[in-house]
Amino acid sequence: MAHNNQQDFIRRMPEASNDLRRRRSFWRVVHIDPLLLFLLLALTAFGLIVLYSASGGDSSLLKRQAVFFTIAYIGMFTVAQIKVDFFSRWSLLFYVGALGLLVAVLFFGVGAKGAQRWLSLGGIRFQPSEMMKLAMPIAIAAYLSNKTLPPRFKHVFWSLILVVVPTVLIIKQPDLGTSILVAISGLIVLFYAGLRWRYIVSAVALLVASIWPMWHYVLHDYQRGRIITLFNPEADKLGAGWNIIQSKTAIGSGGLDGKGWLSGTQSHLDFLPEGHTDFIIAVLAEEFGFVGVFVLLVVYLLVIARGLFIAVKAQDSFRRLLAGSITLTFFVYVFVNIGMVSGLLPVVGVPLPLVSLGGTSLVTLMLGFGLLMGISTEPPKITNNR
Amino acid sequence: MQEHQHFKNYYIESRSFAGRVLLTMLVILGLTALLLYRYYNLQILQHEDFATQSDNNRILVQTISPQRGLIFDTNGTLLADNRPSYSLSLVPENIKSIDETIESLRTLIDVNENHVQDFYKSLNTNRRPYQPIPLRFRLTEKEIARIAVNEYRLDGVEVEAILVRDYPAGPLFAHSVGYVGKINDREWSRFDEDEVKRYQGVHTIGKIGLEKSYESILFGEIGYRNVEVNARMRVLRTLEQQNPIQGKDLQLHIDSHLQQIAVSALGGYRGSVVAIDIETGGVLAIVSTPSYDPNLFVTGISYKNYDALRNSSDIPLFDRALQGRYPPASTIKPMMGLGGLSENVISRSYKIFDPGFYQLEGEERLWRDWKRTGHGIVDVHKAIVQSSDTFFYGLAFRMGIDRIHDFGAQFGLGQKTGIDLPNERRGLWPSRQWKEQTQRLPWFPGDSLNIGIGQGFALATPVQMAAMVATIANRGKHMLPQVVKAIDGELLSPTVINHVEVADRYWDHIFKAMKDVMHASNGTARRAGSKSSYLMAGKTGTAQVVGIKQGEEYDSEALRERNRDHALFVGFAPFDNPKIAVAVIVENGESGSGTAAPIARKIFDAHLLNKNSDKQKSTTKLVSKPTVRTVPVASSPAMSSLKLARRDAQ
Repeated sequence: MAHNNQQDFIRRMPEASNDLRRRRSFWRVVHIDPLLLFLLLALTAFGLIVLYSASGGDSSLLKRQAVFFTIAYIGMFTVAQIKVDFFSRWSLLFYVGALGLLVAVLFFGVGAKGAQRWLSLGGIRFQPSEMMKLAMPIAIAAYLSNKTLPPRFKHVFWSLILVVVPTVLIIKQPDLGTSILVAISGLIVLFYAGLRWRYIVSAVALLVASIWPMWHYVLHDYQRGRIITLFNPEADKLGAGWNIIQSKTAIGSGGLDGKGWLSGTQSHLDFLPEGHTDFIIAVLAEEFGFVGVFVLLVVYLLVIARGLFIAVKAQDSFRRLLAGSITLTFFVYVFVNIGMVSGLLPVVGVPLPLVSLGGTSLVTLMLGFGLLMGISTEPPKITNNR
Repeated sequence: MQEHQHFKNYYIESRSFAGRVLLTMLVILGLTALLLYRYYNLQILQHEDFATQSDNNRILVQTISPQRGLIFDTNGTLLADNRPSYSLSLVPENIKSIDETIESLRTLIDVNENHVQDFYKSLNTNRRPYQPIPLRFRLTEKEIARIAVNEYRLDGVEVEAILVRDYPAGPLFAHSVGYVGKINDREWSRFDEDEVKRYQGVHTIGKIGLEKSYESILFGEIGYRNVEVNARMRVLRTLEQQNPIQGKDLQLHIDSHLQQIAVSALGGYRGSVVAIDIETGGVLAIVSTPSYDPNLFVTGISYKNYDALRNSSDIPLFDRALQGRYPPASTIKPMMGLGGLSENVISRSYKIFDPGFYQLEGEERLWRDWKRTGHGIVDVHKAIVQSSDTFFYGLAFRMGIDRIHDFGAQFGLGQKTGIDLPNERRGLWPSRQWKEQTQRLPWFPGDSLNIGIGQGFALATPVQMAAMVATIANRGKHMLPQVVKAIDGELLSPTVINHVEVADRYWDHIFKAMKDVMHASNGTARRAGSKSSYLMAGKTGTAQVVGIKQGEEYDSEALRERNRDHALFVGFAPFDNPKIAVAVIVENGESGSGTAAPIARKIFDAHLLNKNSDKQKSTTKLVSKPTVRTVPVASSPAMSSLKLARRDAQ
């Protein structure tokens, strides 16, 4: 114990003294990472431009999204001001709270098309599964950062329990897409915690082995339909395949530089379904072409690079794991959405981060960036945190 | 050792984390590259395909159907018209349950199984989403009102006005003008690419008669409109338009009044009348009775009505004028006489003794004359006037089949006349080769004897007989029979097929004989020719009915009636300056002179005497009701349902 502490003290000492000497900049005072903020604002602006076109020039929709963005940015600034330790200290409470809401959804939830995903409190509808997207990585990161890393089997086991319980609750809603994303955000923490490769390899092997029983006993008909549609959209041109055929047509007809803003025929003539929500990348690809898609991906990559940089630079395991998980989950959203719209992946209801019209998911996403900014701009600690 | 593992090693944790971040960054770059490749593939490599697909989505090429040309008779009476008619269509994409919608429509309007079957047939053929499919045509005003009242609960139900062909004269021109009908599968499969496009939005095509033979002229040329539509097939704007060229109007040689006279004169007999304008070959009247209402076919005839028409023993669907093949019988004799004179087989003064039969040398068989006692001393003039069979047996024997065939062929026998109506039959004008090829038997002299009196193998359609007598009346100038006089006001020029070269004295001789058939005291048709202010010429005929058709043997009364001889007559008038040639065939009419000749007389009178009053009459709307003979066939069920069908149509 003593040996370990001493080594750590010696290692950190010069760095800490450097930090002490450094002047505290404006950005550190307001707890904002300027580069990240700039990239997020760029995405927001780009997103609003595309959304305006996708909604067919409906400014009321644009106003709604602007309101969501305002709330989301305020949330982000607020979270950034809170000491990061606060989240690790109360992580269990957040987790249990979010879990409680997920249970409540099963009983009191509202929704449509046979799914109960929302809770309605005083006229405000929100999705508890979205909260879990933050509560789970916080909880697992907090749990594991107390342990020696790489995590031992016992700790891996309890972390997996933390992942599985909410995931199953979300599947019950049923909302396969979100449950997968929530599970991934938890599993990423385990991965960054240094989960041994032998566990990873066995898990992947188990997953592959479970494909057959999953297909027959777990997946709903509509989920199977989506996967079948993915591999053969032509089979049902007017039914399940319609979305994918139309989105691919929109993307492909965009060409190199697109048909021009507000000139996408696929979206403006209503051939493209869900053009302002999950399938908005097709609108972008149709109107701004490959160039637009490329620019968007570059900005996303910069956000991710900045996020991972913050994670690497973070002061302790909790911060590293949390920042890493938030960033990587963000990429998963981007990849799954852009992949599914272009027919690479099955259609699961994942919005394109910061571009698709959406309330709760947008707020959750920005709260996550708030955490990142908090981690990035925290004053360095001299003493070791527990 | 074990304890030591519980201590945190911050350095190792940090390094392990950095390693995994590096790994994920590589994976992220790899996956991003995959996404970029995917979009590169769709947007750059497959751009052309998707751009086309996108245009196909939004640009709809609509065809604009031209208005079908109208058909008028020679005096401008409308025979085929286009009338607005309301049809009901369904848009399946806007309907939750097609069956339920059809059921609820049934409570409002008349929808039967045929309508539903036809609907599903078109539903299952290749179609664009949101394209309406017709379910019912010819909605009544009451039905339109009922649909309008219930519109709120009939999503996806559309009522649209289309132009539908209408035949104001009903059955009068069913075989000649014909009718349009729904395009059937066989027709679709025969269409080439242009035709498929052309008929996409039209639904009907000329099926028989002029509607068929002048289809492309009546149709006009289709127009196009490129419209931009949204996903629900709502038309947002027109991008490009090419107007259709309207179909051309036809004016016919046919005179509705004369046609009506011919139908009335047939008086319920099964038969045919063809009248030809001698100078031009124009068809003045072309009748086949019984007829039916062509309007029944325009929007699809019901199976019940169709069965009644098809199964009727009177075969009203059969166009006797073009397809009925009858032994020309004695009507052929003037032509035979001309042939004998022209080929120098006989002279004008050549005489034989007619004992009532003819006998070939060395054969016992007697070839009987219709008159048992014979006609006594007979020359060619008397042979025609009194219709001596014995004379023409001898003439045919002496002339021989080869010369008979070649001479008769010049009058169009055994060939299609080339009239501008479809489905004409050739008849049969036999030759030595024909018999050898089809029957593998040599030509016997007895065969020639039968041909000489228009029996045996010889068969001719009423149109052929009319063309033959018109050619005689025109002194050998064989004109192409034409129903259509003018297209959009532009007169069609008369066409000469060939010229039969016969010396004028022979023409005069035969003409005189034919005149005497009508006017001499011993002429066979003297009663039909009596008391006329002009002279006419003609020849009667009575054809034996051979064999009994199947299916009729149980109806003994009908059988007896159907075994009677066919009555025939050919002729022309006025004698001095021939204008009109007529062929009349009355099935089972028994006597050419008693039944057929008076019909021709009525037509001559109507055409030559009442010209002025004709025009006044023909401008009024014609609705004909051909009377159907009540005895003896009307008692059969097929006949009574046929009458029912007629009533339905009016």
